[in-house]
Amino acid sequence: MATTYPTTPEAAAEEPVNYLNVEHGWKSWLFTTDHKRIAMLYVFSITAMFMIGGTFAMLMRLHLTRPEGIFAPETYNRFFTMHGVIMVFFFLVPSIPATLGNFFLPIMIGAKDLAFPRVNLLSWYLYIFGAIFAIYVVAAGGVDTGWTFYAPYSTTYSNSYVLSAAVGVFVAGFSSITTGLNFIVTVHKMRAPGMTWMRLPLFVWANYATGLIQILGTPVVAIALVLVAVERVMHVGIFDPNVGGDPILFQHIFWFYSHPAVYIMILPGMGVISEVIACFARKRPFGYEFIAASSMGIAILSFVVWGHHMFITGQSVYTGIVFSFLSFFVAVPSAIKVFNWTATMYRGSVTFESPMLYAFGFIGLFTIGGLTGLFLSTMATDVPLHGTYFVVAHFHFVMVGGMLVAFLSGIHFWWPKMTGRMYSEAWARFAALMIFAGFNLTFLPQFVLGYLGMPRRYAAYPPEFQVLNVLSTAGASILGISLVIPLIYLTYAWKYGPKAGNNPWGAKGLEWEIQSPPTTFNFDDTPTVTEEAYNYGEEVEEQRVA
Amino acid sequence: MPETIEQVPHEAEADLHVRHHFANAEQQMEASTLGMWTFLITEVLFFGGMFAGYAVYREMYPAAFAATSEFMNVEIGAANTAVLICSSLTMAMAVRAAQLSKRGDLIKYLIGTLIFGITFLVVKAFEYHAKYVEHLIPGPNFHPEHLAPQFMHNAQILFFLYFCMTGMHAVHMVAGVGLLTFLLIQAYRNVFHAHYFAPVEMIGLYWHFVDIVWIFLFPLLYLIGHWHW
Repeated sequence: MATTYPTTPEAAAEEPVNYLNVEHGWKSWLFTTDHKRIAMLYVFSITAMFMIGGTFAMLMRLHLTRPEGIFAPETYNRFFTMHGVIMVFFFLVPSIPATLGNFFLPIMIGAKDLAFPRVNLLSWYLYIFGAIFAIYVVAAGGVDTGWTFYAPYSTTYSNSYVLSAAVGVFVAGFSSITTGLNFIVTVHKMRAPGMTWMRLPLFVWANYATGLIQILGTPVVAIALVLVAVERVMHVGIFDPNVGGDPILFQHIFWFYSHPAVYIMILPGMGVISEVIACFARKRPFGYEFIAASSMGIAILSFVVWGHHMFITGQSVYTGIVFSFLSFFVAVPSAIKVFNWTATMYRGSVTFESPMLYAFGFIGLFTIGGLTGLFLSTMATDVPLHGTYFVVAHFHFVMVGGMLVAFLSGIHFWWPKMTGRMYSEAWARFAALMIFAGFNLTFLPQFVLGYLGMPRRYAAYPPEFQVLNVLSTAGASILGISLVIPLIYLTYAWKYGPKAGNNPWGAKGLEWEIQSPPTTFNFDDTPTVTEEAYNYGEEVEEQRVA
Repeated sequence: MPETIEQVPHEAEADLHVRHHFANAEQQMEASTLGMWTFLITEVLFFGGMFAGYAVYREMYPAAFAATSEFMNVEIGAANTAVLICSSLTMAMAVRAAQLSKRGDLIKYLIGTLIFGITFLVVKAFEYHAKYVEHLIPGPNFHPEHLAPQFMHNAQILFFLYFCMTGMHAVHMVAGVGLLTFLLIQAYRNVFHAHYFAPVEMIGLYWHFVDIVWIFLFPLLYLIGHWHW
């Protein structure tokens, strides 16, 4: 496909006025209210945080190449905590919503901007403010509580920088809330004429469902962190067993947010995959309504399953049974999505461009991640597997194999629209395959390790686990290096890549009907929508062949 | 401020406040309203975490909570409740005045709301100080007089919740006072009229929400000791 674009420097020289070149200078970025510029600010910020979090992951894997470890156990505790805190709160939660969602949600519904552009900018500043605290914690010496901040260790015993980390996460939480609030209001009130709910692209549905979780869940973890911080300062509090407090209550409040947060970290990815598969299979997604409804179903169910994190931490058996039962229900909407994506490809004209390669990876890895989740929501199997590498492998299959891969899929899908330039498809395919291989080599051995009983978060392990651990570290090295490749060719493409044109993939959707990169207000005139999303007909097919 | 009925501006003046990405003033107003209500839902969940904690421990230690609640100053709490209810009334009147383009009334009612709000905060500060003097701050210096020894530990939980919940409420009050000051300046500059009053209405919603939180806090924290079951 790449050969059809104009590649001469002259063609690339004249740029029409767009959101990138309309203004110049740092002020035009730091005071912008354009959702697209804020999205790009987020792209840079979360990439930086991802690199910090990734460095800690590499240090952990390095440590685990030897049974007795390389660093001090206390240092290792800080590595896994900083890895978790940064990756969860500063990469995964904002990853797709704040970047691709911010950029494309308004365009996809035919709006000129999000409903509250200044709140959108505030959201980025809150994120940066929280990230500064997180970086300060890294520089000062780290936190060692695990990303879960469990009381009473976090409130009473830990000698690390819990308070600063809690403030950082608290502030970043409000950045997430403001993003979610903006999305919800935008979808309700800013849709173009004719853009009915059942014509919304599935990416919009997914981000809307994510927004619901963000506004309902995040304030609860915020208050939990406030209570931990106050307890740490006052040396007494409601999680303190010395005065009759119950540390388990912290876990309840924490997981009331943090389980739904897991769906904040996967729903937008599912939205991206729905878009990509429809485009590269040239078909309306099979069962559009069911995919849309399953996003909402996941959002609702997410709030009634948190107890499956606590099967062995002192919650009653009967509560456990109910939570186990409810947790199985989440498998239903997730399975609907997977089946519908595969059914979409059935008899579609499937092609294998890099976004689609990532989408294939997503389906496979998410399926493994999801099915191993069923092992953990079954109480009998969770008891031996709880707190082992099985859990680590399970959620990395969903978070990395799911969300990170979906993020990369979306970035590759929309990069031509965001920058107006095309990247090297050969490098992109190579990187996609390497990431897939490196990821599997990293985390498949961890399933085995967990099954054999290796506990997570331990700084040392018996020598017989060394082979699997070294394999995992080898995989992590491949994964780490392959993740740098897209960074290089995407940046290169932005400056030197051939012009992409307005619709390089022959895709359907409002975002492909406007200029690449878009103008500041996206549309010259508010569009009127007359057809459902994904109206892939023969006409598109012809365009694509030509 | 002399009372004058100001001229109702033309519809077009509403459009001056329509930001570029909205089609018209109506769409902007609907978006603001939905946004504010959505924000208030997050606030409900934010306070909800503490109310959940309260419910758990009240269920676990009902006797200790009842005994500890007697240390709260019901008279002052009740007076402050009345102050807040009055502030909600003046806030509602302020919104009405803005909708009717009555600038003088709007300024009057905003000042009234501000005075009630600040009164509440000042009273709260005295109340906190009294708790400090009486050694009722949870922690090493917690030495309440005349509290049955068996409640000495659990009493700290209620006081911890008391300070967290009323403290978080007070933080919201301070933010509200700041927002009211902003409204007052805008009103003085004659920004609001019958076709543009969204900020008054939105901040009004916020103010009522903060009041309602207190309406729940007062009985849960102050009154449970005065019922003996």
